[in-house]
Amino acid sequence: MSTNDDHHLDANAAGGALREIFSVDVTAAGTSCATCAHSFTFAEALLHAWAPGLVGRCPACGEVVFRLVRAPGRAWLDLRGTTCLDIRMPEGR
Amino acid sequence: MARTAILERLTWRVGTVTELLQESPTARTIVLHIPGWPGHLGGQHVDLRLTAPDGYSTQRSYSIASAADGERVELTVEEIPDGEVSPYLTQVLEVGDALELRGPIGGWFVWRPGPPTPVQLIAGGSGLVPLMAMIRARAAAPGTGVAPFRLLYSVREPEALLYAAELGERATDGTGLEVTYAYTRLAPEGHERPPGRVDAALVRAVTWPPESRPSTFVCGPTGFVESAAGLLVAAGHDPALIRTERFGPTGGRP
Amino acid sequence: MAGLVSRGFSGRRRTGDVKLPPGQYLTEDFPVLSSGPTPQVRTERWEFTITTETGAEHHWDWAALRALPAERFTTDLHCVTKWSKLGTTWEGVSLDTLFAGVETTAGYALAHSYGGYTTNLPLEDLLGGKAWIAFGYGGKDLAAEHGGPARLLVPHLYLWKSAKWVRGIRLMNADTPGFWEGVGYHNYGDPWREQRYWSD
Repeated sequence: MSTNDDHHLDANAAGGALREIFSVDVTAAGTSCATCAHSFTFAEALLHAWAPGLVGRCPACGEVVFRLVRAPGRAWLDLRGTTCLDIRMPEGR
Repeated sequence: MARTAILERLTWRVGTVTELLQESPTARTIVLHIPGWPGHLGGQHVDLRLTAPDGYSTQRSYSIASAADGERVELTVEEIPDGEVSPYLTQVLEVGDALELRGPIGGWFVWRPGPPTPVQLIAGGSGLVPLMAMIRARAAAPGTGVAPFRLLYSVREPEALLYAAELGERATDGTGLEVTYAYTRLAPEGHERPPGRVDAALVRAVTWPPESRPSTFVCGPTGFVESAAGLLVAAGHDPALIRTERFGPTGGRP
Repeated sequence: MAGLVSRGFSGRRRTGDVKLPPGQYLTEDFPVLSSGPTPQVRTERWEFTITTETGAEHHWDWAALRALPAERFTTDLHCVTKWSKLGTTWEGVSLDTLFAGVETTAGYALAHSYGGYTTNLPLEDLLGGKAWIAFGYGGKDLAAEHGGPARLLVPHLYLWKSAKWVRGIRLMNADTPGFWEGVGYHNYGDPWREQRYWSD
């Protein structure tokens, strides 16, 4: 099976939806794929946005690293494809 | 200066259109006044939400074109034929209209003024917009011109050029910005290179060599970005220094 | 999430005098939604498998599928992202035909696809003339972007239940959420009852 992919964006484009949930920018976080252990920056995930939710896939193995669904007054975030997020926290009080 | 790590969730704001500038036959710049805007970095974007009278609503992401300047923010929008949102923004929207948006968004595809590391920008079509914000932020930053910038701008034809006059001026003002135009369909008379896609020879000739270890930003349609990033890696550039932003036919959700 | 009304904005959609499920808008084109790359599955490599709750497997290759009696039918599609497309014409094999020789007492089914997508539904929603393995659309072979060479079509539920690039159906005694059902989307997904999310 081969695949033909002309629909994906970078997970940069998920930044707004994620900033509704997190107070820091997650797209700059270091990310580890639970399937292949590849490390990458969250923004480098391949984003499929023309779907019922946002789907991010590992740039190395193509497996799902995150799913985000937004409903009125509610959001679901599935990160089971990600083992760890390495988040730069702002300095301060 | 921009605060990128603001400790608050992102919420919707309302901006007012103060000016509309036609950039090309199919692109225009929307100048907004956004009360409370916290500032931004070159490369960041906003999410824009449009709502019809019956409640139907849709969102798209657009790159910010301007450097941080108080509560003034510019977006440049290229019209996509048959698009749902871009024709509204390029044809229907008027000065005085309100637009709902949230931002600034993104901490990865951004350029931060700082060390004089060379920067390579590679734009395909309206992929120039966030890169222009970086060029403008560089010009506006204190200690201007420390980081040398090169821009390789691939565009269909002269008529489709964005910010042509401004780029021409900035490229000749002696502050260290070099611009190369690559026309894919129609080149102006006297242009040194026949129309064609960006290829390995052009990349070698006009971009920073791998030894300079430039911070590289590539933005454009998915196919363009993949091709350009592939050429850079094949030329010996460290993939870790290449940041990409692809935009789809619509850049948003259905 | 309703916001400020944008002066002069109507969006690319029509409202007709037809009755649509609540919250839906009419579309004329056929939007392509996908949660991953589009698999290019060649029919000579294609295989479809029904696996029962006891582990018994029933296989069809492309020739075997096409040798079964096919039906042409016209139906409306309702996508959870709020577009509806009316009067679409399809060709496919009824799941009643495929299940004719399958012995099962399972209550639930999980459809799975080339590319890894999954969706769950009660087995009874696949039977009784309500579901097909479709390979023709609008008088032509089903295009890869719409799920070709063959997709599941269960048009009485939201379209995410109609798995594109379907590869098999696993029967189960217990229900298991699929790709979207596990992350907020409704377990059943009846458009006429507007069952979009868990909370509906």
